[in-house]
Amino acid sequence: MARSMKIEINHGRVIDPKHGVDRVTSLYIAAGTVVALGEAPSGWSANRVLDARGMIVCPGLIDLSARLREPGFEYKATLESEMDAAVAGGVTSLACPPDTDPPLDEPGLVEMLKHRARSLNLAHVFPVGALTVGLKGVELTEMGELAEAGCVAFSQAENTITDTGVLLRAMQYAATFGHRVWLRAQDAYLARGGVAHDGEVATRLGLPAIPAAAETIALATIFALVRGTGVHVHLCRLSTAEGVAMVRAAKRDGLPVTCDVAVHHLHLCDVDIGWFDAQCRLIPPLRSTRDRAALRAGLADGTIDLVCSDHTPVDDDGKQVPFGEAEPGATGLELLLPLTLKWAIEDRVALPVALSRVTAQPAAILGAGAGHLGVGAPADVCIFDPDLHWRVEPATLKSQGKNTPFLDLEVRGRVSATLVGGRVVHEG
Amino acid sequence: MRNPQLNAAGALTHLLTLEGLPAEIIVRVLDTAVPFVSIAERDVKKVPLLRGRSVFNLFFENSTRTRTTFEIAAKRLSADVINLNIGVSSTSKGETLLDTVDNLVAMNADMFVVRHAQSGAPHLIAAHLDRTGRTHVHVVNAGDGRHAHPTQGLLDLFTIRHYKHDFRNLTVAIVGDVLHSRVARSLIHGLTTLGTPEVRVIGPKTLLPTAVQSLGVQVHHDMREGIKGCDVIVMLRLQSERMRGALLPSTGEYFKHYGLTGEKLALARRDAIVMHPGPMNRGVEIDSAVADGERSVILPQVTFGIAVRMAVLSILAGN
Repeated sequence: MARSMKIEINHGRVIDPKHGVDRVTSLYIAAGTVVALGEAPSGWSANRVLDARGMIVCPGLIDLSARLREPGFEYKATLESEMDAAVAGGVTSLACPPDTDPPLDEPGLVEMLKHRARSLNLAHVFPVGALTVGLKGVELTEMGELAEAGCVAFSQAENTITDTGVLLRAMQYAATFGHRVWLRAQDAYLARGGVAHDGEVATRLGLPAIPAAAETIALATIFALVRGTGVHVHLCRLSTAEGVAMVRAAKRDGLPVTCDVAVHHLHLCDVDIGWFDAQCRLIPPLRSTRDRAALRAGLADGTIDLVCSDHTPVDDDGKQVPFGEAEPGATGLELLLPLTLKWAIEDRVALPVALSRVTAQPAAILGAGAGHLGVGAPADVCIFDPDLHWRVEPATLKSQGKNTPFLDLEVRGRVSATLVGGRVVHEG
Repeated sequence: MRNPQLNAAGALTHLLTLEGLPAEIIVRVLDTAVPFVSIAERDVKKVPLLRGRSVFNLFFENSTRTRTTFEIAAKRLSADVINLNIGVSSTSKGETLLDTVDNLVAMNADMFVVRHAQSGAPHLIAAHLDRTGRTHVHVVNAGDGRHAHPTQGLLDLFTIRHYKHDFRNLTVAIVGDVLHSRVARSLIHGLTTLGTPEVRVIGPKTLLPTAVQSLGVQVHHDMREGIKGCDVIVMLRLQSERMRGALLPSTGEYFKHYGLTGEKLALARRDAIVMHPGPMNRGVEIDSAVADGERSVILPQVTFGIAVRMAVLSILAGN
């Protein structure tokens, strides 16, 4: 039934960054794919017409880091709650990191997750497999089997491989078979025990600190190994100005690297911790205003390829504790779009450029056919009102994790409808 | 964001840190403590200011000295004192910190004196009480992680004022492990708030926080240089687990560079006083001859500490 549904989205400002489309026009969808833009195909008759007057119609958002908490942490969130949150936020594809319990280090777990996600029939889920068994940084996982089960890349999530020898082997092995490796650059020893950026705020509050060098040292190591192995590395959650400069130089040298930033880090810095606000306990730590400015500029000039939500549902028990004991993370799927728009407005980044950072760019790294509205593309579409203001409150969030540093703030941009594979899966 | 220890009228409702506390409030505590010093010299060492009130000493981290002085202070004010040593971790018994607090409030606690290994734990408790409308319950920070130890800072200020009278022409040196020291942070904030023109910190780079200058201090690594012309020298305790390892090679080498000896003390002003928050490591951060010498005011600090804590409890109780 759904597959044969013909949908017509009229009067919206269609922005498709990949194809340079930005005009008020109509989008035609049939059999789960985009069939035309502008003029209706001959003999067209729609089953459903969506009026998108005053709205922006863009490809569904693609989020490269969203923790769904399954398996293992169902008390924090379930696939049902988080997939609802995804489509409410206009996110139609998401990659989930392997730091579940148990970690995604064997094909059965990946198949189960894919199966569960498919049965919900909401956003597409792309699991990222564990690079090493148990994320322990010692033995390689069966990457071939995991890729067959549906893993799109391999990562350590927040568990750094401390043994550089193992890291080299993992990259060599991945390069042999063309697997992509996603790494967060952090030196485990410099980061050990740290909960805040090593600067004035940590000094004042007496919080164990993580210096910027924890990131830059790890980046230098990764770049040296990329040169040697030729593996494509995607760098997750850049956090420092020096890191942005290093990535810029590496790209100029032609290294096969890409990188992302978490949406929180575009807007917050260590000062926002205030008097020990556990909502601001995040990984990587919120850094200085200078770092934040560099991340924003890096995302605008393309040094940073994309922005992700780094969605991590945390319950109140994880946050109603002293800062250093608080569980890191914040809910983000429903805030990715408004917070990306906020950055675009504040820094005068053109809307198509800003939207490319959550659509076409992450799609390229994911290797997915989505992220654009060209004829034949899967009809994953986000329709949003760019001018609607709304307040971030527990009641307005579908995610089971209600904790975010943006609680009680007013944001701009609200999703009015989300389509996945030509089906309307969310209407706001 | 409002200062979390002041109420809407600007009055002190919790004592969490000296940072951001108006100078008048600090001076008021010091002034209030003056008559309490003499109470200790009377036959009957009690006043009825906290009669009928319950003070809960909530210690999540071991402490004998601070807990004892708070207990004495509360008892001299005629309060009922309940000591709870919860040990290393709030989670060891499976009960969260805020559950513990809620239970004790249900037992009609009026005041919590809190020590916790995590920076910010007393702020969390104070914010929780305020958010849930229990503004009649007050929180006193008795030391949180590396962050603050405001009553120690206040007793240090009281001691300095007692011997030096005015802060506005003093040079104060704080020597040792500033990185891990809540005592140092509180004293620095107190001194700068009261107009001390020169506060120096002296120590190896491994024991100073990265952005320590941002606290308004001058940094010295050479103790002989740093101590020159000082009116007040505050020696910090070196925790035993930090005496050997990646922070410091040995106690011997530490003492050689940063231990206070008579020879180094001679570089300070002739009337300089020597302070230490205790407990001291003789021969590690301070030479016995200096600790017991005529410039040392380490034992008066302890005596003043009780008076200052009485002042804090009494002000918070609305006196």
